[in-house]
Amino acid sequence: MTNSWTDIKNTDLVVIMGGNAAEAHPCGFKWVTEAKANRGAKLIVVDPRFTRSAAVADYYAPIRQGTDIAFLLGVMNYCIANNKVQWEYVKAFTNAPYIIKEGFGYQDGLFTGYDEAKRDYNKSTWDYELGADGYVKSDIDHPRSVWNLMKKHVSVYTPEMVERICGTPKDKFLKVAEMISECSSPTKTMTSMYALGWTQHSKGSQNIRCMAMLQLILGNIGVRGGGMNALRGHSNIQGLTDLGLMSNLLPGYLTIPNEKEATLDVYMSTRGFKPLRPNQMSYWQNYKKFFVSFQKAMWGSAATPENNFAYDYLPKLDVPSYDVLRVFELMHQGKVNGYFCQGFNPLLSAPNRKKLTAALSKLKYLVVMDPLQTETARFWQNHGEYNEVNSGSIQTEVIELPTTCFAEDEGSLTNSGRWLQWHWAGGTPPGEAKHDSWIMSQIHLRLKALYQKEGGAFSDPILKLDWRYKDPGSPTSEELAKEVNGYATEDITDPNDATKVVLAKGKQVVSFAVLRDDGKTACGCWIYSGSFNEAGNNMARRSTNDPDSTGAYPTWAWSWPVNRRILYNRASADINGKPWDDSRKLLWWDGSKWTGYDVPDILPTAKPDVVGPFIMNPEGTARLFTRGLMRDGPFPAHYEPFEAPVVNVLAPKIRGNPVARVFKGDMEQFGDAKEFPYAATSYRLTEHFHFWTKHAHNPAVMQPEFFVEIGEELAKQKGITGGGWVRVWSKRGSVKAKAVVTKRIKPLQCDGKTVHIVGIPLHWGFMGETKKGFGPNSLTPYVGDANIETPEYKAFLVDIESITGPTA
Amino acid sequence: MANFEFVLPPAPTTNIKVAFGEGDLVARSASSVPPPAKQLTPVAKLIDVSKCIGCKACEVACLEWNNLRHPIGINTGSYNIPPDLDPNIFTVMRFTEWVNPETKNLEWLIRKDGCMHCVDPGCLKACPAPGAIVQYSNGIVDFDHEKCIGCGYCVRGCPFNIPRISRNADQPKAYKCTLCSDRVAVGQGPACAKSCPTHAIVFGTKDEMKKHAEGRIKDLKSRGFSNAGLYDPPGVGGTHVMYVLAHADKPEIYAGLPKDPKISTVVEIWKGLFKYAGFIAIGGLAAVSVLHQVIAGPNRVSRADEDNAKRLAGSDKK
Repeated sequence: MTNSWTDIKNTDLVVIMGGNAAEAHPCGFKWVTEAKANRGAKLIVVDPRFTRSAAVADYYAPIRQGTDIAFLLGVMNYCIANNKVQWEYVKAFTNAPYIIKEGFGYQDGLFTGYDEAKRDYNKSTWDYELGADGYVKSDIDHPRSVWNLMKKHVSVYTPEMVERICGTPKDKFLKVAEMISECSSPTKTMTSMYALGWTQHSKGSQNIRCMAMLQLILGNIGVRGGGMNALRGHSNIQGLTDLGLMSNLLPGYLTIPNEKEATLDVYMSTRGFKPLRPNQMSYWQNYKKFFVSFQKAMWGSAATPENNFAYDYLPKLDVPSYDVLRVFELMHQGKVNGYFCQGFNPLLSAPNRKKLTAALSKLKYLVVMDPLQTETARFWQNHGEYNEVNSGSIQTEVIELPTTCFAEDEGSLTNSGRWLQWHWAGGTPPGEAKHDSWIMSQIHLRLKALYQKEGGAFSDPILKLDWRYKDPGSPTSEELAKEVNGYATEDITDPNDATKVVLAKGKQVVSFAVLRDDGKTACGCWIYSGSFNEAGNNMARRSTNDPDSTGAYPTWAWSWPVNRRILYNRASADINGKPWDDSRKLLWWDGSKWTGYDVPDILPTAKPDVVGPFIMNPEGTARLFTRGLMRDGPFPAHYEPFEAPVVNVLAPKIRGNPVARVFKGDMEQFGDAKEFPYAATSYRLTEHFHFWTKHAHNPAVMQPEFFVEIGEELAKQKGITGGGWVRVWSKRGSVKAKAVVTKRIKPLQCDGKTVHIVGIPLHWGFMGETKKGFGPNSLTPYVGDANIETPEYKAFLVDIESITGPTA
Repeated sequence: MANFEFVLPPAPTTNIKVAFGEGDLVARSASSVPPPAKQLTPVAKLIDVSKCIGCKACEVACLEWNNLRHPIGINTGSYNIPPDLDPNIFTVMRFTEWVNPETKNLEWLIRKDGCMHCVDPGCLKACPAPGAIVQYSNGIVDFDHEKCIGCGYCVRGCPFNIPRISRNADQPKAYKCTLCSDRVAVGQGPACAKSCPTHAIVFGTKDEMKKHAEGRIKDLKSRGFSNAGLYDPPGVGGTHVMYVLAHADKPEIYAGLPKDPKISTVVEIWKGLFKYAGFIAIGGLAAVSVLHQVIAGPNRVSRADEDNAKRLAGSDKK
């Protein structure tokens, strides 16, 4: 989230699209009900189904899954055509006026530079035109200004075109567009609440970018009650991303080097961006301080200036990432020997289950660390039609290491709003369950002992790992949190007076502002620096004090970065530093510095008309045009899902996202609308949390049995009755389920064709207390988002028929 | 201009006289009670249907607090799971897909069903077992399972069809929501209200709840629900569980919430006849049998229930 859960109460309009907050985030949803009850805020829900969120919405509009970009570009087109633009904001705080290189273009669904064989672009024209001074040229009236290119790009998405693609009736689309466009007023704000309904598409990143662009032209980023608010699907998935638990990331969104970056100098040459406009902060210029401090946290005294701070100890990527799709593809090819599966149940959460089972069966060993008996740990066990495997033919050795669950452990959870909230153990672990940190430490110490005893190739990264814990076999959460915050590795003196020690060796750093690139500081994750400093454990704070009820709650827990509650908050004031909305003040320029309710997201003394609010960008402005940073285009464009009920009306020759990665053999496993006529989607239900709560009795009582949802029209056509049994199948698999026949799903008219929707919730498997069932991943295609490889779970094709159920 | 006053719905209030017991009874089934020395502040639970997202957290909280073990059932084609109240679940969500004839828009009506804690409780009036159903001066209507004979008359007496009789035990008993009388007695709100993530369920004094409802109704009217209103039906003297309904003119669309609930005339007559005499004075098996037929109807109560009632009535006579 750019903002926080509590800030949602400040909004005038909530748009839930690409998510279902009432259903999947019921506790956070309370802030929507607060905004409605106390401010008279309105709630819009745009979804293929009339959801629990829609049940309490002021306005609902249906949309076909996988067409959000067409809808949102349609809203942008409406805003531009009706002059519903926050012009002062757009001109001052976005890259709308910048001029793009000659040669950039877009035609027939493709941007300049497409290479069909590589399924990739040469992105050289997707960039700014620079002046002789090295800065970007700026002139909003130039025919190649970002604004003019964008205006042309969105012009095709007329209300008629939106209806044709999305199936949203024109009057309903126009009503939504009108309500949204009103938030272009500087005194009206809109918040976007989205989740996996946007990410789980082959163009998931662009879905989100599209709304970010809309929010920018409405002037809704950096303000109270505005923002792009990703609702994370686990209590700590934000923490997972922040700490870099991705194959291509280091903590704090630093990146793992690739194999071409053999030295630290080469690695740094493409990081630490120089400003692209005069006087801009371009905060990533500090990259090396964060990176070196990370290396010091990893390897301590073994990371020295002489060895480039142990740069060689870091792995180097030979591919863009080892995401879950690539790992299971390699496993399927027999190229993976062992797999550690920690707090993850891929047999139900990665796509194309048949392929997953075949892949796991080729492993030599599988280690599962989990508090529960997961399906993944039992992939080899025959459970009849629910897991039809020949156990005797599977040679994989499975080792289960029972772990504690969150309530049996101490530590911090990072919520969607970037708040690190410390929690304490509420119970003692049962049986032989151990904390994850204990298990990881034991594995490390045993490996280290083996290397010490037997030697081995390049053992330094393991032997020299800094392991400064009181009990090396069991680091405490406090010790780990302090290391993540960072500390001085040597006395740090005043630059003007070498005799004056400003931070003594071993003391906690106050924040990342004091981190250094000379090795005198160590810091596990720079964006978390400040969470546990000499003031103590700030994550454990529990004050409900909220001056002037802004919703910031600045002394409740701790928010990254530096306890800032709203990112880009300098944009809440105009070019002179005066708040856009006096009733919703956040920060203001008092003549000499920035002051207000939040920690300024800018140098406190940076003059308002000189330094731009988007300090992480070298331009100082937000990007409506992303240059070459996204693989599938500097603007979002409508692409159909790989399995779509209609062809792409704007570019009929293009299937799916033209640059999404498709492994050999998987393209043949995509179905088409002739064979599989119905548009399926997957989702969560309030009664359950993923695949956990089916192990608990009471949630199992509330939703005991796997079902699929269809509309009354399709049910009638297919002779399906509510509570009866159906079979649903795709090109990749087949499931049996109970049918829920509902008025909440209605067929849509898309490009002259009637599209029926099949809804498939995801909480069932063959372990736990609920009745045995299937997950949607038995059906879903093996393809992910072009930028980050999140699998396309939200839009695929199936067929459905009524069947006789199993005899009781 | 925007109003930034941050008003959470009223928390369980501190001015509720918490501790209550035998001395605070205002009514006792098939028997009389002396007038209480003091009047407790009437309490109420307000269920704002327009804020309810049907998450069932209240159902789970109710199961947990009351230590109930409900069996794992099946999906019968809707979200109404478990499908009905029973001795092992005192509150259920009732989901209705309703097309508004005026706007042609679908509305997904979700109502938390359970005991309404009537000011004039039909269950208590119908109950033939002395002290099995009691009413406190704060409005809570509670069942005393020690004294319950499981006859099922309370089911027939209830205009909202709430109590359920356990069938599996040797000793059938009637069960329903207690308004968490055990929690309220120590200054806590009901478990359902405590667990509600959107504050659709709130608890406090009845006056506070009515005032809170006024604000909610004003908000709903501003959103075009011109018939929004409070459900506090006068036919049963008002209730200590109230609803805010967007369509208060049509309560029946909310899964059959009665428009004008009243205690059945048969129960009123029965109560009138024996108000002073009490159950012991009924005097005969014949009278019970006849009344049973009239009140409970032939199919409402099992043979075992009836035998039990007869046995108990007989033993009382000795």
